[in-house]
Amino acid sequence: MTEDPRSRRLKSIQLAIWAGSAAILMAVAGALVWRATTPDPAPQVAFVGEADIRSEFTLTDHTGRAVTDADYAGDWQLVFFGFTNCPDICPTTLAYMASVLDELGPRAEDVAPLFITVDPARDTVPVMAEYVAAFHPRLVGLTGTEAQVAEAAENFRTWYERVEDETAPDGYMMAHQGYMYLMRPDGGFEAVFQEQEQPPEELAETILGHIEDEKGAT
Amino acid sequence: MKLPILALLATALPLAAHADVTVSDPWVRASILASRPAAAYLTLVSDGDDRLLEASTPVAAEVTVHATEVDEAGLSRMNHVPTVELPAAEAVTFAPGAMHLMLTGLSEKLVEGTSFPLTLRFETAGEVTVDVPVLGVGASGPEGGQR
Repeated sequence: MTEDPRSRRLKSIQLAIWAGSAAILMAVAGALVWRATTPDPAPQVAFVGEADIRSEFTLTDHTGRAVTDADYAGDWQLVFFGFTNCPDICPTTLAYMASVLDELGPRAEDVAPLFITVDPARDTVPVMAEYVAAFHPRLVGLTGTEAQVAEAAENFRTWYERVEDETAPDGYMMAHQGYMYLMRPDGGFEAVFQEQEQPPEELAETILGHIEDEKGAT
Repeated sequence: MKLPILALLATALPLAAHADVTVSDPWVRASILASRPAAAYLTLVSDGDDRLLEASTPVAAEVTVHATEVDEAGLSRMNHVPTVELPAAEAVTFAPGAMHLMLTGLSEKLVEGTSFPLTLRFETAGEVTVDVPVLGVGASGPEGGQR
């Protein structure tokens, strides 16, 4: 209380502005250098490093079967990373994915909906089985060892981390990205979506559009 | 002579008497496993400045407020919010992807079609108890919610 809190706040705001400006400047400079050194303009990079995103994993599905990405090769995949102790984003997104599948109707056969847990310690096979069944009969729950889940997340370039929280069950939560990845039948990246961005029928139509484009191209 | 007193009373009343908090559209998503936390959503509007201090229900060992925040890397984390500020006449909405009341240590699964009492304790308004309907697993809100 000896220092004037307002001037202190002002200082920290100034600092934040400086840091922000510096970051923007560096980003702009970086983009310019990148542009200058890239021979052809890359086909609209909407998501940093999206070309690196690969559906590659060795996990166990909710029926206890050992699976890899090869088991879903030939299918489009809609993939979400979450955990069953997550009361908000995960059920919201999985319920949304279920609606998207319903909207796809018979075309849902072309899309494998995969829910990969980032909390394999608690999300065992029986837990995943009961959990996914509540959302959609076609939803596949995938778990594994900590190392297997970490590897899958790395291939999807997705991040998660354990956050200590004494108000949470077992004293922790998982921070994770709430993205749904649309992956191509060859395991390559196609698009990324978030639940709040559009109603399920719109996403279903978008997904059908991607599938049709692919058919038209081949 | 009478007028100033009345005026004084009129201005003092809302401060002295309990500011009312209106709780609307409470709902919770049916739980899949009793061992997993549930999230309850609702909207609060208070007459005067107030604060939500705590919440409780017979169906859960603990009720805490969490806010989902997404950082620049797109990482969603749920932060514990110890008290929720309620500015006068401003609607504070608890909704999927934003703020929710997390119910942990459920005594049993929350079954669609049932309901349970939830007591909210406010600094000024005191305790308010509402009946929270359990909607389907795929519900996204009380109206327009599917199933």
